[in-house]
Amino acid sequence: MLAVSNRDPGLSIQDGPEGETKDRDGLLATACGGLELRSPIMPASGTFSHEMDQVLDVAKLGALVLKTTTFGPRAGNPVPRVSETSDGMLNSIGLPGGGFEHFSESTLPKYLHYGSPVVVSISAETVVQFGQMAQALTLPGVAAIEVNVSCPNIEADGKAFAMSKSATASVVAEVRASTNLPIWVKLTPNTGELVDIALASQNSGADAVVIANTILAMGIDAPTQKPTLGNVMGGLSGPAIKPIILRMVYQCASKLEIDVIGCGGIQSGVDVAEYLLAGAAAVQVGTVSFVDPTALVRIEDELVDFCRSQHHSSVRELVGALEIPGHSINTAVNQMDVAP
Amino acid sequence: MREEELPVASSLVVLSNVHVGDGYWHVRIRAEEDQLLAKPGQFFHLKCPTGASGPSYLRRPMSVYAINRELGFIEFLYKVTGVGTQGLASLQPWDELDIFGPLGVGFELPAGSGRSLIVARGVGLATMGPLVGGLVRNGNSVLAICSFRRPEAEVGLVPFELAGVEVHRVYDSDGSSDVSGLGRLIDDLSRVQPFASVYTCGSARLARLLSGLACLSGVPSQIAVEQRMACGLGMCHACVVPVCTPVASTEAAGDTGISETKKAGVQTKRVCCEGPVFGLDEIVGCWP
Ligand SMILES: Cc1cc2nc3c(=O)[nH]c(=O)nc-3n(C[C@H](O)[C@H](O)[C@H](O)COP(=O)(O)OP(=O)(O)OC[C@H]3O[C@@H](n4cnc5c(N)ncnc54)[C@H](O)[C@@H]3O)c2cc1C
Ligand SMILES: Cc1cc2nc3c(=O)[nH]c(=O)nc-3n(C[C@H](O)[C@H](O)[C@H](O)COP(=O)(O)O)c2cc1C
Ligand code: FES
Repeated sequence: MLAVSNRDPGLSIQDGPEGETKDRDGLLATACGGLELRSPIMPASGTFSHEMDQVLDVAKLGALVLKTTTFGPRAGNPVPRVSETSDGMLNSIGLPGGGFEHFSESTLPKYLHYGSPVVVSISAETVVQFGQMAQALTLPGVAAIEVNVSCPNIEADGKAFAMSKSATASVVAEVRASTNLPIWVKLTPNTGELVDIALASQNSGADAVVIANTILAMGIDAPTQKPTLGNVMGGLSGPAIKPIILRMVYQCASKLEIDVIGCGGIQSGVDVAEYLLAGAAAVQVGTVSFVDPTALVRIEDELVDFCRSQHHSSVRELVGALEIPGHSINTAVNQMDVAP
Repeated sequence: MREEELPVASSLVVLSNVHVGDGYWHVRIRAEEDQLLAKPGQFFHLKCPTGASGPSYLRRPMSVYAINRELGFIEFLYKVTGVGTQGLASLQPWDELDIFGPLGVGFELPAGSGRSLIVARGVGLATMGPLVGGLVRNGNSVLAICSFRRPEAEVGLVPFELAGVEVHRVYDSDGSSDVSGLGRLIDDLSRVQPFASVYTCGSARLARLLSGLACLSGVPSQIAVEQRMACGLGMCHACVVPVCTPVASTEAAGDTGISETKKAGVQTKRVCCEGPVFGLDEIVGCWP
């Protein structure tokens, strides 16, 4: 969803710690995908768990997006499950877990006391299972359901529901019929039809799309002649993917009515600003937390500093405010569509 | 100072970083108060600087080799193996190194005056540094068997010497590290005085030997293991190892990896937060 730039150059920042806090809260507060958020910054699924509360105040995160839970129990993939690339990493964790019943009994309760909106991420092997999970997980304390149709590891050869418009539409429609909670659909970047698949999600009842999951990739260790991951292929994440996902957010945001949540390679507050300018209403931050465990706090501080230095009184002013000299944003996107 | 430590990530001053032979380096770093509370067997996650082979993106796990709470420093003993450890080797005094920790569950130290057996090999000795001192301070006597490829590859013995414990050095080069010989040695030693606890790190061959020795049957035995990591904090499920202890109930295990995966027929634990120290049989029992 693109908004018109609305800077307030005359903003005066109040002095004193109390004024500062109020000012900061007002600056960060936003709404996205059917939820009111304290901040547009939240952790990405699979890169966050309650163990993070050893290093930062989890209650202050925009939302708590939990690790994807699957329909049935899964052992996960063989090790090595991660390897390093220049400026990022590969993972093929394989969604290990005890299935959604175990999740709702044992895992979910650990997140309900923080006070931040809890977003439950679900993945399944059939459309019907998606619906059953959405219904069963529509529980007190759950604020939204993120539908992970995009994990590249779970289907053979990295194929997933999110590779197909019709399969995505069926899943989202089934989830829509099974819950009254806001639905966020997490899409894969491994398709040339991302905008159409995002539109299909919107038309089937999604409240937001998360752009995007990891980029299907692989690594080879030449001396041992072996793949670097036990599962051969895996997902690329981290700063290496940011320009690609930023472009995808820009393309989707210009076409969709519903909110876009940007996710890919964010390392700094300025990266968040870039995603918001490209049209994201909020962002998810993943891999950087592995390298810098308190990154979510630092990034929020940096976003506040950026907004203040640019005289923005609310992060919402940034959303879709990209200025393209000589173009309206929609013309630019249309030109890209016809480019070879 | 609190008694329970929380992990802290901070950039700290390098006091020294020296090559100690055979590709092993020893780095001493000024540490924060909470970090100085690290227990034997715990580790830190190091953000390595760019070295000869370029930058590394993820952190690298390293066991604590020594801690000096009075003088406020911490030490790591590391073998240069790839891009990250090459970066560590480039550190100069007064450079800064970003370390995150302490992390993981360390060794359980018995109180009292029993006799402990430490069996370690190569870089595995780095993990044993704080343990040997801790055991002696707790009133245990310690016998160590330290295995190396050859005499020139000896590293990590300083904490053993400082603690004044008996060390048997064995080598591949003269055949003394051979497991059947070691088995007989441990058997003989335990006849003189039985061992009350066993600790091992650095060799699957030695771990298997210890787990199979009749003279150590029933003796509480612990092993420190390694696995590739990303977060180091229990969030990503990268660092799992198979384990073979039955878990009594889901409640008892909480939402750790083990209870989640138990139902899938394979039990795993996360090395970074449920380890790196495990019961010896828990680990060796799942090896083929
Ligand atoms: C809990 C723990 C404690 C450790 N303590 C020590 C120690 O005290 N001294 C020491 O020399 N080494 C120790 N290691 C091993 C050390 O982490 C690796 O040697 C180091 O990560 C290699 O990094 P590299 O970039 O030089 O090698 P590369 O081979 O280039 O590393 C590539 C990737 O593989 C990972 N990796 C490679 N080898 C290992 C390994 N053995 N274990 C885990 N990850 C690995 C790296 O972290 C990196 O992500 C420990 C490992 C663990 C898990
Ligand atoms: C180790 C790891 C595990 C992940 N697990 C999940 C998951 O369970 N569900 C999901 O939707 N995305 C998962 N992701 C993808 C992230 O949520 C995110 O989309 C991706 O990493 C890109 O963001 P980043 O570059 O900020 O990490 C995982 C990523 C990593 C690195
Ligand atoms: S390294 Fe992430 S869970 Fe252990």
